[in-house]
Amino acid sequence: MSGMFAVMRKEWKTYFITPAAYVVMALFALVSAFFFYSMLAVFVVQSLGGEFGGGGNLNVNAQVLQPLTFDIGITLLFLLPMITMRLYAEEMRGGTMELLKTSPIRRMDIILGKFFAAFGLLLVLLFIAALYVAVVAHYGQPDLRSAAASFLGLALLGGAFLSIGLLISSFTKNQIVAGVITFVLFLLLWVSDWVTAYGNGAIAHVISYLSVTAHLQNFTQGIIDLKDVVFYLSLIVAGLFLTARRMELAE
Amino acid sequence: MLEVCHLSKDYGPFHAVKDISFTANPGEVVGFLGPNGAGKTTTMRLITGYLPPSAGEVKVDGLTVRTNALEAKRRIGYLPELPPIYPELTVNEYLHFVGRLRRLPARQRQQAVERACQRTALSDVRHRVLGHLSKGYRQRVGIAQAILHDPPLLILDEPTAGLDPRQILETRQLIRELAGNHTIILSTHILSEVATTCQRVVIINKGELVAVDTPDNLTHRLKRTETLLLQVRGPEALVTPTLERMDGVLQVAFQQAQQGVGAWQVEAREPAVREAIARRMVENGWGLQEMRPLELSLEEIFLSLTANQEQPPAPLALPPGQNDTGAIA
Repeated sequence: MSGMFAVMRKEWKTYFITPAAYVVMALFALVSAFFFYSMLAVFVVQSLGGEFGGGGNLNVNAQVLQPLTFDIGITLLFLLPMITMRLYAEEMRGGTMELLKTSPIRRMDIILGKFFAAFGLLLVLLFIAALYVAVVAHYGQPDLRSAAASFLGLALLGGAFLSIGLLISSFTKNQIVAGVITFVLFLLLWVSDWVTAYGNGAIAHVISYLSVTAHLQNFTQGIIDLKDVVFYLSLIVAGLFLTARRMELAE
Repeated sequence: MLEVCHLSKDYGPFHAVKDISFTANPGEVVGFLGPNGAGKTTTMRLITGYLPPSAGEVKVDGLTVRTNALEAKRRIGYLPELPPIYPELTVNEYLHFVGRLRRLPARQRQQAVERACQRTALSDVRHRVLGHLSKGYRQRVGIAQAILHDPPLLILDEPTAGLDPRQILETRQLIRELAGNHTIILSTHILSEVATTCQRVVIINKGELVAVDTPDNLTHRLKRTETLLLQVRGPEALVTPTLERMDGVLQVAFQQAQQGVGAWQVEAREPAVREAIARRMVENGWGLQEMRPLELSLEEIFLSLTANQEQPPAPLALPPGQNDTGAIA
Protein backbone atom coordinates (compact mmCIF):
# COMPACT_ATOMS: atom_id res chain seq x y z
CA MET A 1 0.00 0.00 0.00
CA SER A 2 2.69 2.52 1.00
CA GLY A 3 4.61 1.49 -2.11
CA MET A 4 1.59 2.42 -4.21
CA PHE A 5 1.41 5.85 -2.57
CA ALA A 6 5.12 6.40 -3.14
CA VAL A 7 4.76 5.67 -6.86
CA MET A 8 1.57 7.73 -7.10
CA ARG A 9 3.17 10.69 -5.39
CA LYS A 10 6.22 10.55 -7.64
CA GLU A 11 4.05 10.35 -10.78
CA TRP A 12 1.85 13.19 -9.68
CA LYS A 13 4.89 15.31 -8.92
CA THR A 14 6.40 14.53 -12.31
CA TYR A 15 3.19 15.65 -14.05
CA PHE A 16 3.39 19.05 -12.45
CA ILE A 17 7.16 19.56 -12.69
CA THR A 18 7.14 18.91 -16.42
CA PRO A 19 4.86 20.88 -18.74
CA ALA A 20 2.81 17.72 -19.44
CA ALA A 21 -0.03 18.30 -17.00
CA TYR A 22 -0.29 22.02 -17.77
CA VAL A 23 -0.42 21.42 -21.52
CA VAL A 24 -3.09 18.74 -21.15
CA MET A 25 -5.11 20.92 -18.77
CA ALA A 26 -4.83 24.02 -20.94
CA LEU A 27 -5.76 22.24 -24.15
CA PHE A 28 -8.62 20.45 -22.45
CA ALA A 29 -9.93 23.75 -21.09
CA LEU A 30 -9.63 25.37 -24.51
CA VAL A 31 -11.42 22.65 -26.45
CA SER A 32 -14.13 21.92 -23.91
CA ALA A 33 -14.79 25.64 -23.46
CA PHE A 34 -15.29 25.97 -27.18
CA PHE A 35 -17.78 23.08 -27.18
CA PHE A 36 -19.60 24.52 -24.21
CA TYR A 37 -19.74 28.03 -25.62
CA SER A 38 -20.98 26.84 -29.02
CA MET A 39 -23.78 24.78 -27.57
CA LEU A 40 -24.76 27.46 -25.14
CA ALA A 41 -24.80 30.06 -27.92
CA VAL A 42 -27.05 27.90 -30.09
CA PHE A 43 -29.31 27.31 -27.12
CA VAL A 44 -29.51 31.03 -26.39
CA VAL A 45 -30.39 31.82 -30.02
CA GLN A 46 -33.08 29.15 -29.95
CA SER A 47 -34.49 30.34 -26.67
CA LEU A 48 -34.68 33.90 -28.01
CA GLY A 49 -36.56 32.47 -30.99
CA GLY A 50 -38.90 30.81 -28.51
CA GLU A 51 -39.79 34.13 -27.00
CA PHE A 52 -40.98 35.30 -30.38
CA GLY A 53 -43.29 32.34 -30.71
CA GLY A 54 -40.96 29.87 -32.41
CA GLY A 55 -39.51 26.69 -30.84
CA GLY A 56 -41.32 24.71 -28.21
CA ASN A 57 -39.50 22.46 -25.87
CA LEU A 58 -36.33 24.01 -24.68
CA ASN A 59 -34.34 21.97 -22.22
CA VAL A 60 -30.92 22.99 -21.04
CA ASN A 61 -30.13 19.41 -20.03
CA ALA A 62 -30.96 17.86 -23.37
CA GLN A 63 -29.52 20.62 -25.48
CA VAL A 64 -26.41 21.70 -23.61
CA LEU A 65 -25.31 19.33 -20.86
CA GLN A 66 -25.99 16.01 -22.58
CA PRO A 67 -24.11 16.78 -25.78
CA LEU A 68 -21.41 18.46 -23.73
CA THR A 69 -20.81 15.19 -21.84
CA PHE A 70 -20.18 13.37 -25.11
CA ASP A 71 -17.93 16.14 -26.39
CA ILE A 72 -15.86 16.01 -23.21
CA GLY A 73 -15.64 12.25 -23.72
CA ILE A 74 -14.24 12.85 -27.21
CA THR A 75 -11.74 15.37 -25.87
CA LEU A 76 -10.58 12.75 -23.34
CA LEU A 77 -10.28 10.25 -26.16
CA PHE A 78 -7.76 12.56 -27.81
CA LEU A 79 -5.86 13.64 -24.72
CA LEU A 80 -5.62 10.56 -22.50
CA PRO A 81 -3.41 8.52 -24.87
CA MET A 82 -0.84 11.26 -24.44
CA ILE A 83 -0.84 10.69 -20.71
CA THR A 84 -0.83 6.91 -20.80
CA MET A 85 1.69 6.40 -23.58
CA ARG A 86 4.60 7.37 -21.35
CA LEU A 87 3.50 5.57 -18.18
CA TYR A 88 5.48 2.44 -18.79
CA ALA A 89 7.78 3.38 -21.66
CA GLU A 90 9.54 6.08 -19.70
CA GLU A 91 10.39 3.76 -16.83
CA MET A 92 11.78 1.19 -19.24
CA ARG A 93 13.84 3.72 -21.14
CA GLY A 94 15.28 5.51 -18.15
CA GLY A 95 16.20 2.21 -16.47
CA THR A 96 14.07 3.22 -13.50
CA MET A 97 11.95 0.10 -13.84
CA GLU A 98 14.97 -1.66 -12.37
CA LEU A 99 14.68 0.54 -9.30
CA LEU A 100 10.94 -0.06 -8.95
CA LYS A 101 11.12 -3.80 -9.48
CA THR A 102 13.99 -4.35 -7.08
CA SER A 103 12.31 -2.32 -4.35
CA PRO A 104 10.29 -4.09 -1.68
CA ILE A 105 6.95 -3.27 -3.30
CA ARG A 106 4.49 -5.42 -5.21
CA ARG A 107 4.02 -5.31 -8.94
CA MET A 108 0.47 -4.12 -8.34
CA ASP A 109 1.78 -1.18 -6.26
CA ILE A 110 3.61 0.11 -9.34
CA ILE A 111 0.59 -0.36 -11.61
CA LEU A 112 -1.99 1.10 -9.21
CA GLY A 113 0.32 3.98 -8.30
CA LYS A 114 0.59 4.94 -11.94
CA PHE A 115 -3.09 4.39 -12.59
CA PHE A 116 -4.32 6.47 -9.68
CA ALA A 117 -1.90 9.30 -10.43
CA ALA A 118 -3.26 9.48 -13.98
CA PHE A 119 -6.79 9.16 -12.61
CA GLY A 120 -6.10 12.13 -10.35
CA LEU A 121 -5.15 14.20 -13.37
CA LEU A 122 -8.38 13.07 -15.05
CA LEU A 123 -10.36 14.29 -12.04
CA VAL A 124 -8.68 17.69 -12.36
CA LEU A 125 -9.81 17.83 -16.00
CA LEU A 126 -13.35 16.90 -14.99
CA PHE A 127 -13.26 19.59 -12.33
CA ILE A 128 -12.48 22.13 -15.06
CA ALA A 129 -15.47 20.81 -17.01
CA ALA A 130 -17.66 21.00 -13.92
CA LEU A 131 -17.17 24.76 -13.97
CA TYR A 132 -19.35 24.89 -17.11
CA VAL A 133 -22.17 23.21 -15.23
CA ALA A 134 -21.69 25.77 -12.48
CA VAL A 135 -22.07 28.54 -15.07
CA VAL A 136 -25.30 27.00 -16.36
CA ALA A 137 -26.55 26.51 -12.81
CA HIS A 138 -25.88 30.17 -12.07
CA TYR A 139 -28.08 31.40 -14.91
CA GLY A 140 -30.59 28.58 -15.26
CA GLN A 141 -32.00 25.53 -13.60
CA PRO A 142 -30.22 22.49 -14.99
CA ASP A 143 -30.92 19.09 -13.50
CA LEU A 144 -27.90 18.80 -11.24
CA ARG A 145 -28.57 15.15 -10.51
CA SER A 146 -28.15 14.14 -14.12
CA ALA A 147 -25.14 16.43 -14.42
CA ALA A 148 -23.54 14.63 -11.48
CA ALA A 149 -24.37 11.28 -13.05
CA SER A 150 -22.77 12.45 -16.29
CA PHE A 151 -19.57 13.27 -14.49
CA LEU A 152 -19.58 9.91 -12.76
CA GLY A 153 -19.97 8.35 -16.20
CA LEU A 154 -17.07 10.43 -17.56
CA ALA A 155 -14.84 9.48 -14.64
CA LEU A 156 -15.57 5.81 -15.26
CA LEU A 157 -15.07 6.20 -19.00
CA GLY A 158 -11.78 8.05 -18.45
CA GLY A 159 -10.68 5.41 -15.94
CA ALA A 160 -11.34 2.69 -18.50
CA PHE A 161 -9.34 4.65 -21.09
CA LEU A 162 -6.43 5.06 -18.67
CA SER A 163 -6.42 1.41 -17.73
CA ILE A 164 -6.40 0.30 -21.37
CA GLY A 165 -3.76 2.90 -22.20
CA LEU A 166 -1.56 1.65 -19.36
CA LEU A 167 -1.88 -1.90 -20.66
CA ILE A 168 -0.88 -0.86 -24.18
CA SER A 169 2.05 1.20 -22.91
CA SER A 170 3.37 -1.91 -21.16
CA PHE A 171 3.75 -3.64 -24.52
CA THR A 172 6.18 -1.24 -26.12
CA LYS A 173 9.13 0.91 -25.15
CA ASN A 174 8.22 3.25 -27.98
CA GLN A 175 5.95 6.02 -26.77
CA ILE A 176 4.66 6.98 -30.19
CA VAL A 177 3.67 3.42 -31.01
CA ALA A 178 1.89 3.16 -27.66
CA GLY A 179 0.17 6.50 -28.19
CA VAL A 180 -1.09 5.71 -31.69
CA ILE A 181 -2.36 2.24 -30.82
CA THR A 182 -4.11 3.56 -27.74
CA PHE A 183 -5.76 6.37 -29.67
CA VAL A 184 -7.00 4.07 -32.45
CA LEU A 185 -8.33 1.57 -29.94
CA PHE A 186 -10.20 4.29 -28.05
CA LEU A 187 -11.67 5.49 -31.32
CA LEU A 188 -12.90 1.99 -32.17
CA LEU A 189 -14.43 1.60 -28.74
CA TRP A 190 -16.10 4.97 -29.20
CA VAL A 191 -17.82 4.13 -32.48
CA SER A 192 -18.34 0.40 -32.10
CA ASP A 193 -22.09 0.73 -31.53
CA TRP A 194 -22.43 1.80 -35.16
CA VAL A 195 -22.60 -1.89 -36.03
CA THR A 196 -26.14 -2.02 -34.62
CA ALA A 197 -27.18 0.17 -37.53
CA TYR A 198 -26.55 -2.63 -40.03
CA GLY A 199 -26.02 -5.92 -38.19
CA ASN A 200 -27.91 -7.78 -35.50
CA GLY A 201 -26.06 -11.08 -35.15
CA ALA A 202 -24.31 -12.25 -32.01
CA ILE A 203 -21.00 -10.71 -33.07
CA ALA A 204 -22.60 -7.36 -33.82
CA HIS A 205 -24.18 -7.56 -30.40
CA VAL A 206 -20.86 -8.15 -28.66
CA ILE A 207 -19.13 -5.39 -30.61
CA SER A 208 -21.85 -2.88 -29.89
CA TYR A 209 -21.83 -3.89 -26.24
CA LEU A 210 -18.17 -2.83 -26.09
CA SER A 211 -19.12 0.68 -27.14
CA VAL A 212 -18.11 3.15 -24.48
CA THR A 213 -20.59 5.72 -25.80
CA ALA A 214 -23.64 3.48 -25.50
CA HIS A 215 -22.83 2.95 -21.84
CA LEU A 216 -22.42 6.68 -21.31
CA GLN A 217 -25.94 7.38 -22.63
CA ASN A 218 -27.77 6.42 -19.44
CA PHE A 219 -25.48 8.50 -17.26
CA THR A 220 -26.21 11.66 -19.27
CA GLN A 221 -29.91 11.13 -18.61
CA GLY A 222 -29.31 10.91 -14.91
CA ILE A 223 -29.69 7.14 -14.76
CA ILE A 224 -26.96 5.26 -12.93
CA ASP A 225 -27.45 1.73 -14.16
CA LEU A 226 -25.42 -0.95 -12.41
CA LYS A 227 -24.92 -2.61 -15.80
CA ASP A 228 -23.02 0.42 -17.11
CA VAL A 229 -21.01 0.86 -13.92
CA VAL A 230 -20.01 -2.80 -14.06
CA PHE A 231 -19.05 -2.42 -17.71
CA TYR A 232 -16.59 0.38 -17.04
CA LEU A 233 -15.26 -1.12 -13.82
CA SER A 234 -14.61 -4.44 -15.52
CA LEU A 235 -12.66 -2.64 -18.28
CA ILE A 236 -10.58 -0.92 -15.60
CA VAL A 237 -9.94 -4.10 -13.63
CA ALA A 238 -9.18 -6.13 -16.76
CA GLY A 239 -6.72 -3.50 -17.98
CA LEU A 240 -4.87 -3.37 -14.66
CA PHE A 241 -4.85 -7.13 -14.25
CA LEU A 242 -3.57 -7.74 -17.77
CA THR A 243 -0.86 -5.10 -17.23
CA ALA A 244 0.30 -7.06 -14.19
CA ARG A 245 0.32 -10.29 -16.19
CA ARG A 246 2.18 -8.59 -18.99
CA MET A 247 4.83 -7.30 -16.57
CA GLU A 248 5.22 -10.76 -15.14
CA LEU A 249 5.60 -12.41 -18.53
CA ALA A 250 8.01 -9.77 -19.81
CA GLU A 251 10.56 -10.76 -17.18
CA MET B 1 24.75 -13.63 3.61
CA LEU B 2 24.28 -14.38 -0.05
CA GLU B 3 23.90 -17.84 -1.51
CA VAL B 4 23.62 -18.35 -5.23
CA CYS B 5 22.73 -21.93 -6.07
CA HIS B 6 22.86 -23.36 -9.58
CA LEU B 7 21.49 -20.18 -11.10
CA SER B 8 20.56 -20.26 -14.79
CA LYS B 9 18.79 -17.88 -17.13
CA ASP B 10 17.78 -18.82 -20.65
CA TYR B 11 16.34 -16.64 -23.35
CA GLY B 12 14.97 -19.26 -25.72
CA PRO B 13 17.93 -21.27 -26.96
CA PHE B 14 20.39 -18.66 -25.64
CA HIS B 15 21.88 -19.33 -22.22
CA ALA B 16 22.69 -15.98 -20.66
CA VAL B 17 23.72 -17.56 -17.37
CA LYS B 18 24.55 -21.25 -16.95
CA ASP B 19 24.55 -22.97 -13.58
CA ILE B 20 26.36 -20.38 -11.47
CA SER B 21 26.89 -21.05 -7.77
CA PHE B 22 28.83 -19.05 -5.21
CA THR B 23 28.39 -17.54 -1.77
CA ALA B 24 29.37 -14.30 -0.10
CA ASN B 25 30.03 -14.06 3.63
CA PRO B 26 28.92 -11.12 5.77
CA GLY B 27 31.19 -8.12 5.31
CA GLU B 28 32.93 -9.56 2.29
CA VAL B 29 33.54 -7.72 -0.98
CA VAL B 30 33.17 -10.04 -3.93
CA GLY B 31 34.27 -8.89 -7.35
CA PHE B 32 32.41 -10.06 -10.37
CA LEU B 33 34.78 -10.10 -13.28
CA GLY B 34 34.06 -10.78 -16.91
CA PRO B 35 34.21 -9.25 -20.37
CA ASN B 36 31.23 -7.38 -21.75
CA GLY B 37 28.41 -9.79 -22.47
CA ALA B 38 29.68 -12.42 -20.04
CA GLY B 39 26.45 -12.38 -18.06
CA LYS B 40 27.51 -10.13 -15.17
CA THR B 41 24.51 -7.84 -15.42
CA THR B 42 22.10 -10.71 -15.94
CA THR B 43 23.43 -12.49 -12.85
CA MET B 44 23.04 -9.32 -10.81
CA ARG B 45 19.51 -8.86 -12.06
CA LEU B 46 18.74 -12.41 -11.02
CA ILE B 47 20.18 -11.81 -7.54
CA THR B 48 18.17 -8.61 -7.05
CA GLY B 49 14.95 -10.23 -8.24
CA TYR B 50 14.58 -7.96 -11.27
CA LEU B 51 14.57 -11.07 -13.43
CA PRO B 52 13.25 -14.47 -12.41
CA PRO B 53 15.77 -17.29 -12.89
CA SER B 54 15.06 -20.14 -15.29
CA ALA B 55 16.54 -22.52 -12.75
CA GLY B 56 18.27 -22.37 -9.40
CA GLU B 57 17.71 -19.92 -6.59
CA VAL B 58 19.17 -16.98 -4.74
CA LYS B 59 19.07 -16.66 -0.96
CA VAL B 60 19.71 -13.44 0.90
CA ASP B 61 20.04 -13.83 4.64
CA GLY B 62 18.40 -17.23 4.22
CA LEU B 63 15.41 -15.70 2.39
CA THR B 64 14.72 -16.96 -1.11
CA VAL B 65 14.41 -13.96 -3.41
CA ARG B 66 11.84 -15.62 -5.64
CA THR B 67 9.38 -16.74 -2.99
CA ASN B 68 10.05 -14.21 -0.25
CA ALA B 69 10.57 -11.27 -2.57
CA LEU B 70 9.55 -8.33 -0.38
CA GLU B 71 11.57 -9.34 2.66
CA ALA B 72 14.61 -10.26 0.58
CA LYS B 73 14.48 -7.06 -1.49
CA ARG B 74 14.38 -5.00 1.70
CA ARG B 75 17.86 -6.32 2.45
CA ILE B 76 19.33 -5.48 -0.94
CA GLY B 77 20.66 -2.19 -2.27
CA TYR B 78 21.16 -2.24 -6.01
CA LEU B 79 23.00 0.06 -8.37
CA PRO B 80 22.11 -0.99 -11.92
CA GLU B 81 24.42 -0.47 -14.87
CA LEU B 82 22.70 2.83 -15.63
CA PRO B 83 21.85 4.82 -12.51
CA PRO B 84 18.03 4.59 -12.32
CA ILE B 85 17.25 8.28 -12.01
CA TYR B 86 14.29 10.47 -12.92
CA PRO B 87 15.83 13.43 -14.76
CA GLU B 88 13.09 15.86 -13.73
CA LEU B 89 13.42 15.35 -9.96
CA THR B 90 16.00 16.98 -7.69
CA VAL B 91 18.50 14.83 -5.78
CA ASN B 92 16.55 15.42 -2.59
CA GLU B 93 13.14 14.59 -4.08
CA TYR B 94 14.56 11.51 -5.74
CA LEU B 95 16.19 10.13 -2.60
CA HIS B 96 13.02 10.76 -0.59
CA PHE B 97 11.04 8.87 -3.23
CA VAL B 98 13.48 5.96 -3.00
CA GLY B 99 13.16 6.10 0.78
CA ARG B 100 9.39 5.81 0.45
CA LEU B 101 9.78 2.89 -1.95
CA ARG B 102 11.95 1.18 0.65
CA ARG B 103 9.35 1.99 3.30
CA LEU B 104 11.45 4.12 5.58
CA PRO B 105 9.24 6.09 7.99
CA ALA B 106 9.38 9.87 7.54
CA ARG B 107 11.83 10.79 10.30
CA GLN B 108 14.16 7.91 9.55
CA ARG B 109 13.96 8.78 5.87
CA GLN B 110 15.17 12.32 6.48
CA GLN B 111 18.17 10.99 8.37
CA ALA B 112 18.86 8.31 5.78
CA VAL B 113 18.88 10.90 2.98
CA GLU B 114 21.25 13.13 4.97
CA ARG B 115 23.61 10.26 5.64
CA ALA B 116 23.59 8.91 2.09
CA CYS B 117 24.27 12.41 0.71
CA GLN B 118 27.17 12.85 3.08
CA ARG B 119 28.75 9.52 2.29
CA THR B 120 28.55 10.08 -1.43
CA ALA B 121 29.50 13.79 -1.23
CA LEU B 122 26.22 14.98 -2.71
CA SER B 123 25.29 17.51 -0.06
CA ASP B 124 26.05 20.56 -2.21
CA VAL B 125 23.94 19.40 -5.17
CA ARG B 126 20.95 18.24 -3.17
CA HIS B 127 18.59 20.77 -4.68
CA ARG B 128 19.75 20.42 -8.24
CA VAL B 129 17.73 18.63 -10.87
CA LEU B 130 19.14 15.20 -11.72
CA GLY B 131 18.93 15.77 -15.46
CA HIS B 132 21.40 18.64 -15.13
CA LEU B 133 24.03 16.69 -13.20
CA SER B 134 27.19 15.26 -14.74
CA LYS B 135 27.74 11.56 -15.23
CA GLY B 136 29.91 11.37 -12.11
CA TYR B 137 27.25 12.92 -9.91
CA ARG B 138 24.53 10.72 -11.36
CA GLN B 139 26.61 7.68 -10.58
CA ARG B 140 26.98 8.91 -7.01
CA VAL B 141 23.24 9.45 -6.78
CA GLY B 142 22.90 5.86 -7.96
CA ILE B 143 25.16 4.71 -5.13
CA ALA B 144 23.33 6.96 -2.66
CA GLN B 145 19.99 5.34 -3.48
CA ALA B 146 21.54 1.87 -3.14
CA ILE B 147 22.89 2.53 0.37
CA LEU B 148 19.92 4.67 1.48
CA HIS B 149 18.18 2.03 3.58
CA ASP B 150 21.48 0.69 4.90
CA PRO B 151 21.00 -2.76 3.39
CA PRO B 152 23.18 -5.66 4.51
CA LEU B 153 23.76 -6.64 0.87
CA LEU B 154 24.91 -4.21 -1.80
CA ILE B 155 24.92 -5.14 -5.47
CA LEU B 156 26.87 -2.65 -7.57
CA ASP B 157 26.94 -3.11 -11.32
CA GLU B 158 30.10 -1.43 -12.63
CA PRO B 159 30.15 1.31 -10.01
CA THR B 160 33.16 3.07 -11.56
CA ALA B 161 32.12 2.92 -15.21
CA GLY B 162 32.21 6.29 -16.91
CA LEU B 163 33.85 8.15 -14.03
CA ASP B 164 37.01 10.22 -14.25
CA PRO B 165 40.16 8.92 -12.49
CA ARG B 166 39.62 10.96 -9.34
CA GLN B 167 36.02 9.88 -9.03
CA ILE B 168 37.11 6.27 -9.56
CA LEU B 169 39.50 6.55 -6.62
CA GLU B 170 36.79 8.18 -4.48
CA THR B 171 34.30 5.49 -5.38
CA ARG B 172 36.76 2.72 -4.53
CA GLN B 173 37.46 4.44 -1.23
CA LEU B 174 33.73 4.60 -0.55
CA ILE B 175 33.36 0.91 -1.34
CA ARG B 176 36.16 0.07 1.07
CA GLU B 177 34.43 2.15 3.74
CA LEU B 178 31.13 0.42 3.13
CA ALA B 179 32.71 -3.02 3.31
CA GLY B 180 32.67 -4.53 6.75
CA ASN B 181 29.16 -3.34 7.53
CA HIS B 182 27.83 -4.52 4.20
CA THR B 183 28.35 -7.49 1.98
CA ILE B 184 29.19 -6.10 -1.42
CA ILE B 185 29.01 -7.71 -4.82
CA LEU B 186 30.47 -5.49 -7.49
CA SER B 187 31.02 -6.15 -11.13
CA THR B 188 33.78 -4.74 -13.25
CA HIS B 189 35.92 -5.52 -16.20
CA ILE B 190 38.94 -3.78 -14.71
CA LEU B 191 41.32 -6.23 -13.09
CA SER B 192 43.12 -3.73 -10.87
CA GLU B 193 39.80 -2.67 -9.39
CA VAL B 194 39.24 -6.19 -8.18
CA ALA B 195 42.76 -6.39 -6.80
CA THR B 196 42.37 -3.19 -4.79
CA THR B 197 38.85 -3.59 -3.43
CA CYS B 198 37.78 -7.23 -3.35
CA GLN B 199 38.54 -10.11 -1.06
CA ARG B 200 37.26 -12.64 -3.51
CA VAL B 201 36.79 -12.77 -7.26
CA VAL B 202 34.17 -14.58 -9.25
CA ILE B 203 35.13 -14.82 -12.90
CA ILE B 204 32.48 -15.58 -15.46
CA ASN B 205 32.69 -15.94 -19.18
CA LYS B 206 29.89 -16.65 -21.64
CA GLY B 207 27.49 -17.12 -18.74
CA GLU B 208 29.61 -19.78 -17.06
CA LEU B 209 31.58 -19.68 -13.86
CA VAL B 210 35.29 -19.86 -14.68
CA ALA B 211 36.90 -19.37 -11.29
CA VAL B 212 36.23 -18.27 -7.71
CA ASP B 213 39.32 -17.31 -5.73
CA THR B 214 41.14 -14.49 -3.97
CA PRO B 215 42.77 -11.95 -6.31
CA ASP B 216 46.27 -12.93 -5.12
CA ASN B 217 45.77 -16.62 -5.66
CA LEU B 218 44.33 -15.99 -9.03
CA THR B 219 47.22 -13.85 -10.16
CA HIS B 220 49.73 -16.34 -8.80
CA ARG B 221 47.99 -19.23 -10.37
CA LEU B 222 48.16 -17.57 -13.72
CA LYS B 223 51.35 -15.63 -13.47
CA ARG B 224 54.00 -18.34 -13.37
CA THR B 225 56.38 -16.06 -15.19
CA GLU B 226 56.93 -12.34 -15.38
CA THR B 227 56.66 -10.32 -18.53
CA LEU B 228 58.78 -7.19 -18.84
CA LEU B 229 58.65 -4.39 -21.33
CA LEU B 230 62.08 -3.04 -22.19
CA GLN B 231 63.02 0.12 -24.10
CA VAL B 232 66.68 0.20 -24.99
CA ARG B 233 68.77 2.42 -27.23
CA GLY B 234 70.92 -0.16 -28.94
CA PRO B 235 71.23 -2.32 -32.09
CA GLU B 236 68.50 -4.91 -32.34
CA ALA B 237 70.89 -7.50 -33.79
CA LEU B 238 73.00 -7.42 -30.63
CA VAL B 239 70.44 -6.76 -27.92
CA THR B 240 68.14 -9.64 -28.76
CA PRO B 241 70.79 -12.41 -28.58
CA THR B 242 72.27 -10.86 -25.41
CA LEU B 243 68.90 -10.99 -23.70
CA GLU B 244 68.23 -14.49 -24.92
CA ARG B 245 71.49 -15.78 -23.51
CA MET B 246 70.79 -14.52 -20.01
CA ASP B 247 69.88 -16.86 -17.16
CA GLY B 248 66.26 -16.82 -16.19
CA VAL B 249 65.09 -15.29 -19.43
CA LEU B 250 62.61 -17.57 -21.08
CA GLN B 251 61.69 -15.74 -24.15
CA VAL B 252 62.46 -12.53 -25.99
CA ALA B 253 60.36 -10.83 -28.59
CA PHE B 254 61.50 -7.72 -30.44
CA GLN B 255 58.61 -5.40 -31.07
CA GLN B 256 59.65 -2.24 -32.85
CA ALA B 257 62.33 0.41 -33.13
CA GLN B 258 61.82 4.12 -33.24
CA GLN B 259 64.67 6.54 -33.78
CA GLY B 260 67.23 3.98 -32.59
CA VAL B 261 65.26 2.98 -29.49
CA GLY B 262 63.97 -0.55 -29.61
CA ALA B 263 61.21 -2.16 -27.62
CA TRP B 264 61.39 -5.74 -26.42
CA GLN B 265 59.02 -7.93 -24.54
CA VAL B 266 60.91 -10.28 -22.26
CA GLU B 267 59.49 -13.17 -20.34
CA ALA B 268 61.50 -13.89 -17.22
CA ARG B 269 61.30 -16.69 -14.68
CA GLU B 270 61.41 -14.42 -11.63
CA PRO B 271 61.44 -10.71 -10.79
CA ALA B 272 65.13 -10.84 -9.77
CA VAL B 273 66.10 -11.17 -13.42
CA ARG B 274 65.26 -7.49 -13.82
CA GLU B 275 68.43 -6.42 -12.01
CA ALA B 276 70.60 -8.64 -14.15
CA ILE B 277 69.05 -7.29 -17.31
CA ALA B 278 69.59 -3.70 -16.21
CA ARG B 279 73.22 -4.38 -15.37
CA ARG B 280 73.89 -6.16 -18.63
CA MET B 281 72.37 -3.36 -20.71
CA VAL B 282 74.44 -0.72 -18.93
CA GLU B 283 77.64 -2.81 -19.16
CA ASN B 284 77.19 -2.99 -22.90
CA GLY B 285 76.80 0.74 -23.10
CA TRP B 286 73.21 0.59 -24.35
CA GLY B 287 70.81 3.18 -23.07
CA LEU B 288 68.21 1.51 -20.88
CA GLN B 289 65.32 3.89 -21.11
CA GLU B 290 62.47 1.93 -19.62
CA MET B 291 61.84 -1.37 -17.94
CA ARG B 292 58.48 -2.22 -16.46
CA PRO B 293 56.58 -5.38 -15.63
CA LEU B 294 53.50 -5.90 -17.74
CA GLU B 295 50.38 -6.63 -15.74
CA LEU B 296 48.40 -9.61 -16.81
CA SER B 297 45.46 -8.13 -18.62
CA LEU B 298 42.00 -9.44 -18.05
CA GLU B 299 42.05 -10.72 -21.58
CA GLU B 300 45.09 -12.84 -20.83
CA ILE B 301 43.52 -14.17 -17.67
CA PHE B 302 40.51 -15.15 -19.66
CA LEU B 303 42.53 -16.69 -22.40
CA SER B 304 44.47 -18.79 -19.96
CA LEU B 305 41.53 -19.65 -17.72
CA THR B 306 39.24 -20.63 -20.52
CA ALA B 307 42.06 -22.38 -22.33
CA ASN B 308 42.84 -24.32 -19.15
CA GLN B 309 39.49 -25.97 -19.37
CA GLU B 310 40.07 -27.37 -22.80
CA GLN B 311 43.79 -27.49 -23.51
CA PRO B 312 47.17 -26.75 -21.92
CA PRO B 313 47.91 -23.06 -21.30
CA ALA B 314 48.38 -21.17 -24.48
CA PRO B 315 51.98 -19.95 -24.74
CA LEU B 316 52.68 -16.41 -25.78
CA ALA B 317 53.71 -16.11 -29.39
CA LEU B 318 57.08 -17.79 -29.76
CA PRO B 319 59.66 -16.91 -32.35
CA PRO B 320 60.30 -19.89 -34.60
CA GLY B 321 62.90 -22.42 -33.49
CA GLN B 322 62.30 -21.99 -29.79
CA ASN B 323 60.50 -24.04 -27.25
CA ASP B 324 58.89 -22.51 -24.24
CA THR B 325 61.32 -23.87 -21.65
CA GLY B 326 64.39 -21.86 -22.39
CA ALA B 327 66.55 -19.81 -24.65
CA ILE B 328 68.62 -21.03 -27.51
CA ALA B 329 72.04 -22.16 -26.39
